Amino acid sequence: MSGADSSYVGIVLVSHSGPVAESVARLAVGLAGGGAKAPVAAAGGTPDGGLGTSAELITEAARKVDGGAGVAVLVDLGSAVLTVKALLAEGDELPEGTRLVDAPFVEGAVAAVVTASTGAGLDAVAAAAGEAYSYRKE
Amino acid sequence: MSETALDAGFFLRWMTAVAASVDREAPRLTELDSAIGDADHGSNLQRGFAAVVKTLEAEPPGTPGAVLTMAGRQLISTVGGASGPLYGTLLRRTGKALGDADSVTADELRAALRTGVDAVAQLGGSAPGDATMLDALDPAVEALATSFRAAAEAAGQGAEATVPLQARKGRASYLGERSVGHQDPGATSSALLFTALAETAEQEAAK
Repeated sequence: MSGADSSYVGIVLVSHSGPVAESVARLAVGLAGGGAKAPVAAAGGTPDGGLGTSAELITEAARKVDGGAGVAVLVDLGSAVLTVKALLAEGDELPEGTRLVDAPFVEGAVAAVVTASTGAGLDAVAAAAGEAYSYRKE
Repeated sequence: MSETALDAGFFLRWMTAVAASVDREAPRLTELDSAIGDADHGSNLQRGFAAVVKTLEAEPPGTPGAVLTMAGRQLISTVGGASGPLYGTLLRRTGKALGDADSVTADELRAALRTGVDAVAQLGGSAPGDATMLDALDPAVEALATSFRAAAEAAGQGAEATVPLQARKGRASYLGERSVGHQDPGATSSALLFTALAETAEQEAAK
């Protein structure tokens, strides 16, 4: 099922909105510059383009970026969080080595893509994304 | 509680009754949700349970546990809102707790539902009193020790008791005190689940 280079952790961005997930993915890849090597996939909104969370789009995105090095899933809120947790609890829906990362969505996505693109492992990617919580804005 | 054996057919009828009830009550659920949420609870559950019934009819599972597990999986994959993973987890964990027995007693169902309700509390990080599904589910499972009807009544009362509560989870929690005075949509739909269970059990007894 893997469509990605196995040496990098894959990143999945789950939002209630398709455009938000797509834009944050583009932002993170753009800010990582030419060094964005880790595969990134957006899973936003419902398959018909509405607001919400789609287990189907999340599973599809995770399989697409999974190369065997693990998949870091970042989520925005509410049903995005609950759906990923429920899918992980299913045990067989998401690729092995898929992890829900506790991180702010936008800042965490940038940190995750940059860190994953250095070839860092899933633990390091999750830690870098989570560290974004400690960056205060005032 | 009676020791009547509840088989896969009973659980199929229960899920079909839930779907019919959600269909009937969808406008009310959405109305409650439009006051404090994003006005999609009725239509989300309607879509989810319609998919549940379609799947169960296409390939009826042979055990009570398999019926609930399959129903839970469908809800997680089709609902699109927070109620999908929450109800999906409730039914799936309950189904798994029932194991692969051909039929179960009401007491076994109560014990399995306790496991399912605890899993919902863990997934949502919430407790009774937060104005969520748990305010209906928790008392319902307790009252199931008495009868199916008592559980349905406890769930209904639990849902009504969310009116004066301040929501502590989900979108409604952003409203703070402004969420007070509204009945929680999730607790309301949770009561439908137990009302459908009581109706299914009573129809069974009348046979």
